[in-house]
Amino acid sequence: MNKPDKKDDVDTTGHVWDGIEELDNPMPRWWVWVFYLTIIWAVGYSIAYPAWPLINGATAGLLGYSTRGEVAEDIARVDASNAEILARLSTADLTAIRDDDELHTFAVNAGGSIFAANCSQCHGRGAAGVQAGGYPNLLDDDWLWGGDIEQIAYTVTHGIRNEQSMDSHYSLMPAFGTDEILMNDEIDAIVQHVLSISGQDHDADLAGVGSTLFLDNCASCHGDAGTGMQEIGAPNLSDAIWLYGGDADTIRTTIQNARFGVMPAWSEEFRGASGLSLAEINAVATYVHQLGSAQ
Amino acid sequence: MWNWFKIVAFGIVTLLAAVAASWARDIAYQIHAIIIMIISAGMFVWSVRTADDINPPEPTGYMDGVIRYGVVATAFWGLTGFLVGTFIAFQLAFPSLNFEFLQGYGNFGRLRPLHTSAVIFAFGGNALICTSFYIVQRTCAARLWGGNTAWFVFWGYNLFIVLAATGYLMGSTQSKEYAEPEWYVDIWLTIVWVAYLVVFMGTIVKRKEPHIYVANWFFLAFIVTVAMLHIVNNLSVPVSIFGSKSVQVFAGVQDAMTQWWYGHNAVGFFLTAGFLGMMYYFVPKQAGKPVFSYKLSIVHFWSLIFLYIWAGPHHLHYTALPDWATTLGMVFSIVLWMPSWGGMINGLMTLSGAWDKIRTDPIIRMMVISLGFYGMSTFEGPMMSIRAVNSLSHYTDWTIGHVHSGALGWNGMITFAALYFMTPKLWNRAGLYSLRLVNYHFWLATIGIILYASSMWVTGIMEGLMWREVDAQGFLVNSFADTVEAKFPMYVVRGLGGALYLTGAIIMCYNLWMTAFGKQQPAAHSTAAIPAE
Repeated sequence: MNKPDKKDDVDTTGHVWDGIEELDNPMPRWWVWVFYLTIIWAVGYSIAYPAWPLINGATAGLLGYSTRGEVAEDIARVDASNAEILARLSTADLTAIRDDDELHTFAVNAGGSIFAANCSQCHGRGAAGVQAGGYPNLLDDDWLWGGDIEQIAYTVTHGIRNEQSMDSHYSLMPAFGTDEILMNDEIDAIVQHVLSISGQDHDADLAGVGSTLFLDNCASCHGDAGTGMQEIGAPNLSDAIWLYGGDADTIRTTIQNARFGVMPAWSEEFRGASGLSLAEINAVATYVHQLGSAQ
Repeated sequence: MWNWFKIVAFGIVTLLAAVAASWARDIAYQIHAIIIMIISAGMFVWSVRTADDINPPEPTGYMDGVIRYGVVATAFWGLTGFLVGTFIAFQLAFPSLNFEFLQGYGNFGRLRPLHTSAVIFAFGGNALICTSFYIVQRTCAARLWGGNTAWFVFWGYNLFIVLAATGYLMGSTQSKEYAEPEWYVDIWLTIVWVAYLVVFMGTIVKRKEPHIYVANWFFLAFIVTVAMLHIVNNLSVPVSIFGSKSVQVFAGVQDAMTQWWYGHNAVGFFLTAGFLGMMYYFVPKQAGKPVFSYKLSIVHFWSLIFLYIWAGPHHLHYTALPDWATTLGMVFSIVLWMPSWGGMINGLMTLSGAWDKIRTDPIIRMMVISLGFYGMSTFEGPMMSIRAVNSLSHYTDWTIGHVHSGALGWNGMITFAALYFMTPKLWNRAGLYSLRLVNYHFWLATIGIILYASSMWVTGIMEGLMWREVDAQGFLVNSFADTVEAKFPMYVVRGLGGALYLTGAIIMCYNLWMTAFGKQQPAAHSTAAIPAE
């Protein structure tokens, strides 16, 4: 059946285990030589690179290589090539960046990268927000705390309702239900009123009752017409854009328990090394500002 | 006397376990104490009832009962491990499969260690224990030493697996990869493992052959080294003897280094040396050919054993581990390439001259694929240990692909071949129930591995490139979520590969079951090989 194989010409070692014999073939030459070559390479490499432990420390290697050194060099190279434009960015007048093509392009690229690394976790990769978590959409025309570039930069720097920056945006909606400020039927009426001013299907009778309750309890922040107030981050309730959702159930939950959305203060002043520098804040503000809808 | 000792011992253990269960500080520890209490109470009753039995005369011949149990356990745990693996692969592709009602038990984080341990330790471990018992008896021409100690090893090891697996689901873990079980499970495994070593060594010592066969060198290296790795990596101090939580003795970078010294050698000695022992017996037996080169087996055995133990730091490139240590890990990994390939060469050259059987014998085909994937992953491993390659591949799915081409290709296939070889012999059947089903299994498994490995290469390299992509000004182009989104199609392909592999294993279990327990077939029919379609 089988052709006599050349490898079978050699003798066996003479041992048999459960019928298994072993041929006395030499090791394949190529195998031996590649093995030797890897050993020679290994000796050479471990002389060239840090390798052999000594009593204090280790050999540094002839090439003077170190992984940390390599990273530091990379970072230094990028820092050096960007130093000039970063300096310009950190001192730039935010409203004037748009007029300087080179600076604007740089700021948008840098800001996009900063946004991807730091902001996209909540606001989404495309900055469209995540309603289920109350993370605002940054693409639309609705701004809780103001949408001009200076206001955006301030919000990034100090954040919202955090304990890191004393100057963070702060406001507090009362939990009308859980704190027993309003009865359940009163809340239901206000829900219908909010549905009516935002142009949704509603119960007109209840909404009529609700409008008085709204003026007494909600208008001081959200305005008589429910158009909101940016100075205190009170959302506009009369448009189709909702931070947590605009259906009756979600509005009821919001009135019942209130909301307390938090955004960290991103400036390095408050976060140390993991924070953003002034140039980076200007860059990300420019990026968000040019997304399409900002004022 | 021995019977009385057993009864007293089981009684005390039952009592202690009851105390431990009532004073338990956490649910995992409590459930484990209850499991131990029930088992030892059952053993206590059984010992009492059989205490007066007249001892049967010392049995002779090979001790195959425990191996039969080992074959069943291997197949069972294999199915479990593959099933959980396929499920978590789909959880990664479709996160909604992390069902709300399974939170805390069936989410990815709890199931992932269950999968790795089920496949490596339950499937692989049972395969190693039962094949090593099979091989050491036959190549030493001696019955397993130590009487019922072999049964203790089998049941003890499987108790370890049950404790480990249920512990993971209940959140009992020391968070060390492949060494998750907590301190008391580790102590139990140490006891079982020492018993395993004693049985294996005892059998070798009283062998009737003048020399020790190469397969047994590999098994012995595997057992001894795993004992050392297990003990050193699991050195820890329990917070309380009534709780599962413990604190590691090593901290920081020392702990990381110890962990990957252990982790890499779990691959080296558990999944490589041990399975090479299987290869060295089943390949020449199935092919009916002598081993290609005795010299090669000596040189590659010793070089493999010497070099593997140093290669661990390549898992920690670009971390807090000093550069000199990672250089050494990388250098030893590269030198390890040829010693690893020695086993592949010896296996493939043993099969050379029997190539015609590839067409007719699907078991030989499994062995060839197994050796092929062994060769591929032992080339890929050293390559990935090179610092520059690792800076791309580390933390990506490439690593997962690499592990699975080794585990599914090499370990899985050689184990399947061994099970197909042993089952008819262990149950005294003339042959397997169906070679055609072996053939289906072969193709399903092979296509499954190819889908798995190639999809992971693609996503791994893609995600590595995306992570490091920077624009002209040095800013990162992609966010992490971008890479997750881009990987989705490949995650589905990976899951499908797993499903094919699982299907093949189900077919194997049916085939083995019918071989062992099905209707006896006429001998003449079943020994003849069916020609390939």
